[in-house]
Amino acid sequence: MPVRVQADPFDLGAETAAFAGAAGGAGAVVTFTGLVRDLPGTPLSVMEIEHYPGMTERAITAMVAEATARWSLTAVLVIHRHGRLTPGEAIMMVATAAAHRAEAFAAAEFLMDYLKSRAPFWKKEVTGQAGAWVAAKDSDESALKRW
Amino acid sequence: MIDVLYFAWVRERIGLPRERVQTQAATVADLVAELSAREDRYAAAFADTASLRVALDQELADFSAPLAGVREVAFFPPMTGG
Repeated sequence: MPVRVQADPFDLGAETAAFAGAAGGAGAVVTFTGLVRDLPGTPLSVMEIEHYPGMTERAITAMVAEATARWSLTAVLVIHRHGRLTPGEAIMMVATAAAHRAEAFAAAEFLMDYLKSRAPFWKKEVTGQAGAWVAAKDSDESALKRW
Repeated sequence: MIDVLYFAWVRERIGLPRERVQTQAATVADLVAELSAREDRYAAAFADTASLRVALDQELADFSAPLAGVREVAFFPPMTGG
């Protein structure tokens, strides 16, 4: 399945190796991994990621279809977690495979830009007893204009 | 009847994740006005619709969109995936 939305952690190395092994004769594989950051100053204890079951899978599948239509990709993988994550844990990964690197990089960036502001996830940073919803950035919205 | 879902701080402000709503609202904006008139917690959540997003049957839509035939409406803040 090219799109997986899950609470469980994933093994970045194993996923990347499996993806590259089944990339259909591609010459280039690009992967991006997003991690839970530690906040400067205040130690983050937990990041809670909420999502919209059903719409999430549907929205990401549509992004993958769009990427596949724009670039000649031999394979695509998107894994995105939800639930409670701690600093250093992987939140998500994108992998793209193509004959040459330019297409694989472009498709991975396209998918990242869309995942940021068009996939229905919401992050909450919990420090101690207090939780704060992460606000969307204007720069994330304007990043979509380049596509 | 229509299923109305709330996510993130919209869910927290209203105090529930989903509910079934009996409505004759013609558009999303009409539904927002109906809900806001119910109780303060709804009015607080919908005070600034420019800071909210809406999905109709799991597709992003505008607040001016018609509700005819729609089964599921979701309100949430701008998404923060990735």
